[in-house]
Amino acid sequence: MKVVYFAWVRERIGKAEETVEPPAGVRTVGDLIGWLSTRGDEYAYAFETPKVIRAAIDHTHVRPDTVIAGAREIAFFPPMTGG
Amino acid sequence: MTSNVTIRIQDADFDVNREIAALTTSRTDIGAVVTFSGICRGGEGAGDATTALTLEHYPGMAEAEIARHADEAMNRWPLTGVTIVHRVGRILPGENIMVVLTASAHRQAAFQAAEFLMDYLKAHAPFWKREETAGGSNWIAAKTDDDDAAARWDKN
Repeated sequence: MKVVYFAWVRERIGKAEETVEPPAGVRTVGDLIGWLSTRGDEYAYAFETPKVIRAAIDHTHVRPDTVIAGAREIAFFPPMTGG
Repeated sequence: MTSNVTIRIQDADFDVNREIAALTTSRTDIGAVVTFSGICRGGEGAGDATTALTLEHYPGMAEAEIARHADEAMNRWPLTGVTIVHRVGRILPGENIMVVLTASAHRQAAFQAAEFLMDYLKAHAPFWKREETAGGSNWIAAKTDDDDAAARWDKN
């Protein structure tokens, strides 16, 4: 699945998007954050405070307990500051 | 009653008066247009004053979230039109960041819908501001007040 990052999440990880294949045990958005965090120091830094991270699946906001099966694009980003 | 919804995300600056004219020209059923203009503030402090903002967004989702909230506003209030323009890229103090226009036969619907749209867009539309000051640049932290402001419009 495609994962995209924005704002300081993107800067900390050092890339805007990538394709990942998480193992079968990674069922939810929260699981995915946990798994991504193990992929390197840059990921651990980006996700060091999981509760501030916001997520979207296919352009719709989702919560950490949302199941990721069937997702085409999952986005992770900080709380929004537009307007 | 026909209604217009215009949503644009763009680098370029825009002219608020031209946006109002686009909503109202050749119509006689509009009695009120409420404008919220978001403008880049430079700040008062000498050392930490904002010298520029850079706006990042999530293309596709930003448009979809704004459209969803515009539709909700059209359903909740008797509006004749909604225009939302949000800039991205580098913006200097004094320049426009965004505008929300709501048009209606009467003022109450236009005022309420404009406030609803701003509260929701602040909390849910995927835009992020990076601030430049004399001392460097930093991502602006979200205010929890923005979530509270959006939540007050939730239906029980």
